[in-house]
Amino acid sequence: MSIDMAQFHQVFFEESFEGLDIMETGLLNLDMGDVDAEDINTIFRAAHSIKGGSGTFGFTAVSDFTHVMETLLDEMRDGRRQVTQPAVDVLLGSVDCLKEMLTAIQDEQEVDVASVAEYKKALEVELNGSESEEAVTDESSDVSAIESNTVNTGEKKWRIAFSPHTDLLKTGNDPVRMFRELGSLGELTITVDFQGVPDFYDLDPEECHLSWNLELVGDVSESDINDIFDWVEDECDMAIQLISDPVENNNSSTTEEQAIEVAPPKEVKTESTNNASPTNVAKPTKKTAQKPAAKTSSSIRVDTGKIDTLINMVGELVITQSMLSLVGEQFEMNKLDQLKNGLSQLERHTRELQESVMNIRMLPISFVFSRFPRLVHDLSSKLDKKIELVMVGEHTEVDKTVVELLSDPLVHLVRNSLDHGIEMPADRLAAGKSETGTITLEAYHRGGNIVIEVKDDGKGLNKEVLRAKAIEKGLIDENTNLTDKQTYELIFMAGFSTAEKLTDVSGRGVGMDVVRRNIQSLGGNIEIISELGKGSTIAIHLPLTLAIMDGQSIAVGDERFIIPLGSIIESINIKESMINRVAGRGETFRLRDEYLPIVRMHEIFDVKTVQATKLTDGLVVVVDGQGMRCGLFIDDLLGQQQVVIKSLEANYRKVEGVSGATILGDGSVALILDIPGLVRLSNQ
Amino acid sequence: MAEKAENIEAELTEEKELENLVQFLSFTLGDEEYGVDILRVQEIRSWEPVSRIPNVPSYEKGVVNLRGAIVPIIDLRERFGLGHVEYSPLTVVVVLQTLTELGQTRTMGVVVDSVSDVIDVDKKTIQDAPNFGTKVSTEFINGLASVKDRMVMLLDVEKLLKIDTLDDEDENI
Repeated sequence: MSIDMAQFHQVFFEESFEGLDIMETGLLNLDMGDVDAEDINTIFRAAHSIKGGSGTFGFTAVSDFTHVMETLLDEMRDGRRQVTQPAVDVLLGSVDCLKEMLTAIQDEQEVDVASVAEYKKALEVELNGSESEEAVTDESSDVSAIESNTVNTGEKKWRIAFSPHTDLLKTGNDPVRMFRELGSLGELTITVDFQGVPDFYDLDPEECHLSWNLELVGDVSESDINDIFDWVEDECDMAIQLISDPVENNNSSTTEEQAIEVAPPKEVKTESTNNASPTNVAKPTKKTAQKPAAKTSSSIRVDTGKIDTLINMVGELVITQSMLSLVGEQFEMNKLDQLKNGLSQLERHTRELQESVMNIRMLPISFVFSRFPRLVHDLSSKLDKKIELVMVGEHTEVDKTVVELLSDPLVHLVRNSLDHGIEMPADRLAAGKSETGTITLEAYHRGGNIVIEVKDDGKGLNKEVLRAKAIEKGLIDENTNLTDKQTYELIFMAGFSTAEKLTDVSGRGVGMDVVRRNIQSLGGNIEIISELGKGSTIAIHLPLTLAIMDGQSIAVGDERFIIPLGSIIESINIKESMINRVAGRGETFRLRDEYLPIVRMHEIFDVKTVQATKLTDGLVVVVDGQGMRCGLFIDDLLGQQQVVIKSLEANYRKVEGVSGATILGDGSVALILDIPGLVRLSNQ
Repeated sequence: MAEKAENIEAELTEEKELENLVQFLSFTLGDEEYGVDILRVQEIRSWEPVSRIPNVPSYEKGVVNLRGAIVPIIDLRERFGLGHVEYSPLTVVVVLQTLTELGQTRTMGVVVDSVSDVIDVDKKTIQDAPNFGTKVSTEFINGLASVKDRMVMLLDVEKLLKIDTLDDEDENI
């Protein structure tokens, strides 16, 4: 019986990464001094499943490593060891290390053995710190032996008495598989004990009545053997005995071996990246690790509840369909009501079905938020700042694509807040604020949008400094008048940084422009509210989903366009008195106390069949695109509808002023307007 | 026996000939006859109104909904500078497909006057496209084939479908 294990790898990786997240969150939540045993248990369980899984799939490097972590956690769980900050830090580091190992394995790349060994050593030091010096070296020699099957530290002879409980087979464990695995570790001699087998009449073929005596000769440690029997621990009686250990390793030779062990991997690493220039040896590994990741992220875990709703809905749909076909088969005019009923049912079910299908793609924003406690924890200790992270609305659901693309911009914003926003504790006290700064991550729905806010109570943005900096860098003219909003938006310009010195956290002035571009590519926008001395808030507005949106269809001549409903502020009939002509050909109109430019749709889209050329004849739709407001002059408003966004670029290309296309009810194609693009177009 | 051997031989030579044969779909633009590799042709449709795309060259007629996909329609007459004719119910749109470097298929419809025939062309008899200098653009023409004394210009579909991306790049600069 051989199953292709590779088909389960993807699931294993997903579970392991989830497990790692659980471990990380658990570790960060540990409260020194008052540790909840259940927290440790959760972490332990996650580590245990990763160990078990990696053992099953033959990723021994991972299972060995996790084993050491597990041992440490086990002692903490049993209360044999105090939970200390250094220990937690080491564990956190190990979680990172595991993540790297798993990513490397997933991408079928070399595991960076050197760093793994380093973390492992740190773990062992932590593990054995309280024990005698001798024990430390002994243990590490043992582990280094596991690491390298090539280094021959001597043949050991183990005797294993293995007598499983009768229901071992029912749990899906197969002794033969375990023996085969044992056999791969060294030379294995097996003797079977038939004594327990009952009479043929009493024999239940699904029970296991055999027991085994195994003798294993080879360079194997006890933990290796334990790993194999890991899954059946509770379902068997087992005794492992070391019969002979001919080579008593002396410590000096072990350390030497370790040194050898550590050196070669570096060579491997440089070799694998030797086509890159030598200056960025470290970078390529990161790059290559990211590339395949995008490829593998094509699966999604869905709450079974959502699937159930979907199935119900499909059931309803089938019923409606059969009812309608019954009506259709023998249609008479008196059945008209029935038909209309059926159709309205069909409409309702279709809409519900659509909603549930869209729901499947929705993930809670906590997928992105969950990484921040760690980030804040690490960075704040690095920067010597005291920061508390508050997260609100983690359960807000967003489209999967948005979740994936949102994480990088958010990381950037949080880092910025940490580095530039929150002041040093002393400065905070001097400013009359509490020593600990607060960063709030908040997500909520508003209209058809999701809003994500990164708020800090730090020093806020200094308009004067921003302005001076922009003038210094030649980004704006000295005489330019800027509104508050425009001043804040300066930070989104490329090459703009107000940080006095560069840190590796932020301050290079690349980034905010990238953040804005990323958000815009998702169809969202970003705005800043800031008060000097009190803090700043950066709010990201994103559409809930990228595939379907609410649109307002409009008519310009005999052509139809769709304006995203979210960007419409209002639609008005303007009067002659509201119109002002600006030098040249520009036109503005006054809306309450604001002068807004008018964009004549038929002119910029060159529509020849236009009906209204006088501004007072048509309608003006006031739209907001990334903070720029303007009035679109159109012929008529048609109706609101949900539109499915289709890409123009798939078969065609990008068109200025158009963000995509959709198919209307009559089968024709309507273009979806890209408001910021239109504004740009009209300025040309 | 001898007869059988002859038969087999005949079959073999026929197969050999078939190997060299390429099928083209021929269509007309005015008085000229063009051909495209038949394996690139997805379907042939009649002309139906398109949704115009603003601010693009006039030969890019617009986009249509082809079973849920948004597909651009290009007028080959205008593209080749052969003047414009009014579209009639007989005007035909040939939907062509190609694979991009990224492994995605791109679909595009080209408007032609009428589809004439499927022609078999022996690869060996395909002539290189003559060079007319800069006067006439021959960049889309792969070669010339002669079918029953008519000259058919064989179009390079890949290049044809690529034109709009190239234009795009130009416009962005």
